[in-house]
Amino acid sequence: MTFINYASREINCKIVYYGPGLCGKTTNLQYIYDSTAPQAKGKLISLATETDRTLFFDFMPLELGTVRGFKTRFHLYTVPGQVYYDASRKLILKGVDGVVFVADSQEERMDANIESLYNLEENLQTQGYQLNNIPYVLQLNKRDLPNVIPTDDLVGELQRKGEPVFEAVAMDGTGVFDTLKAVAKQVLTELRKG
Amino acid sequence: MAETPFIIQERQFQRIKSILARLCVECAARVVFLVDRDGQPIAFHGDIGDMDTTSFSSLAAGNVAATTSMAKLIGEDEFPAVVHEGERESIYIGVIGRSLLVVVFDERSTVGLVKIRSKRASFEIAAAIQEVLTESAAFRTNNAAFFAEITDDDIDSLFAQ
Repeated sequence: MTFINYASREINCKIVYYGPGLCGKTTNLQYIYDSTAPQAKGKLISLATETDRTLFFDFMPLELGTVRGFKTRFHLYTVPGQVYYDASRKLILKGVDGVVFVADSQEERMDANIESLYNLEENLQTQGYQLNNIPYVLQLNKRDLPNVIPTDDLVGELQRKGEPVFEAVAMDGTGVFDTLKAVAKQVLTELRKG
Repeated sequence: MAETPFIIQERQFQRIKSILARLCVECAARVVFLVDRDGQPIAFHGDIGDMDTTSFSSLAAGNVAATTSMAKLIGEDEFPAVVHEGERESIYIGVIGRSLLVVVFDERSTVGLVKIRSKRASFEIAAAIQEVLTESAAFRTNNAAFFAEITDDDIDSLFAQ
């Protein structure tokens, strides 16, 4: 749910990065955090295990500038990808304005991508949303690795509604901001439509 | 979009701020926050120092989300309040419908005092939030032109900076 405060002239939106374990959701956020000017961002909060796997969520607020005199802030969240953290994923989807699905392009992770995508659709429904009705972007990550599935095959398998698709290498930032921009644009366009 | 945006108007914001300001004094708190259950900060009053209030709000909501799920696992609907007591600073979080009242206090106050005063304030806060929710949809409709005026260039310019 978008928050609009007329007193402080702020628009706040929530974007969630979803996907299977180790697909690069946190790496996306980390890259955005590292590449953003200090005045435009808050802290990057990571509720992770000792081995740096996301336990509950990662969070960072990102201020992009002003639209019609309103400061526009995006709250970026990731979910834990591992199958058994489903309760956490459901909680984080509450109040979501836009979703990025980060797919792992490696051949051996295809089943995990499909499972996670079904899980996303199911958990969105639990929260009263439909994937078809919310701003949504598909990111094909890890395109630099040798054992990746061709893009067309991944798109054929994972694209749900003609959503924008971006190839990415989150480690070096390739495609990271394009993905964010695409989902943020959809969120603001929805706001315009009403 | 699945939901109507939560639109808080100037007068509603000031009303909530004044409730928080009074509560802050009444329970000798360092700072009082009102946060949405989805993690969005609504308003605060008090000494925030260099605290990152956006992250704080997100974590408070995450905290309540986790304890509410724990409550359900043991057959409770939710825990209406959560308290974290530190050596110097403590945090009280009270659930008020879809909002969370978060009070940060130190040794100048007590959990008992914070609980009693917060409970009283929670009725006023619930009414204020209800008004925001009720009026959000109407305000959105009446101000549709403002949102419609957002152009593609406006959106693109956000990413040019």
